[in-house]
Amino acid sequence: MNALVVVPTTTWYLVLSAVLFVIGMVGVMVRRNPLIMFMCIELMLNAVNLSFVSLGRRLDDIHGQSIVFFVMVVAAAEVVVGLGIIVSIMRRRSGVNADDLAELKG
Amino acid sequence: MRSNPVHAALSLVLTLFGVAVMFVAQHAEFLAAVQVIVYAGAIVVLFLFVIMLLGVDRAEDLRTEPLAAQRWIAGLVGVAMLGLLVTAILTGVDAVYPRGEGIASVVAGDNPDANIDQLAHIIFSDYVVAFELTSVLLLVAVVGTVLLARKRKAAKS
Repeated sequence: MNALVVVPTTTWYLVLSAVLFVIGMVGVMVRRNPLIMFMCIELMLNAVNLSFVSLGRRLDDIHGQSIVFFVMVVAAAEVVVGLGIIVSIMRRRSGVNADDLAELKG
Repeated sequence: MRSNPVHAALSLVLTLFGVAVMFVAQHAEFLAAVQVIVYAGAIVVLFLFVIMLLGVDRAEDLRTEPLAAQRWIAGLVGVAMLGLLVTAILTGVDAVYPRGEGIASVVAGDNPDANIDQLAHIIFSDYVVAFELTSVLLLVAVVGTVLLARKRKAAKS
């Protein structure tokens, strides 16, 4: 039974975080709904957080976790401002499509 | 591919919980709690609130694609990026060796708050300026959002 227990190493966590990051990146590139693009950005931030924690554990250093704390705070502020902008834009037009917003260009 | 934004938000909750479990598995208990409270509790609820508010909770048509090549290029770039990252991880992870002062964890000692103690100590000593700046950032974000979302009064003439 003990042979079945596999302790995940740092490499596993880092590969998982790379996979999550790439999923978020492809989502940002493919989808056109600004809300979903925002969710993909959150996913990318989380992937980076996971790699920070894994590498901090590997390095035996608490600074990795403190960086993650600040990343979370900045991500929360970013979501608040971004959703405010999206709401104020979407209020005066019906469709949600990131391509339509090109007409905001001065 | 699911096309409903609500499904995307709920799946994001599941993913964030999974990342929180990874944090617990690596003895970052405080960050796991913050992850669940801030991300799964606040941010995704905000997303769902905006989705419902704007009424975009209908499935969008994903079959029509204005730029036909965009998906192929995005997939190609994604696969290339994944290959690059995995290669970098596999070749570089051996160069990372423990050189820090150690992470206090519940397993190492018998202090159940070891992780929070150490994290608080580092944030309020080494990173205290950054911590104060984040409070300014949050204040600016709140004020800016209130200003953005406020209903404009008719211009006084």
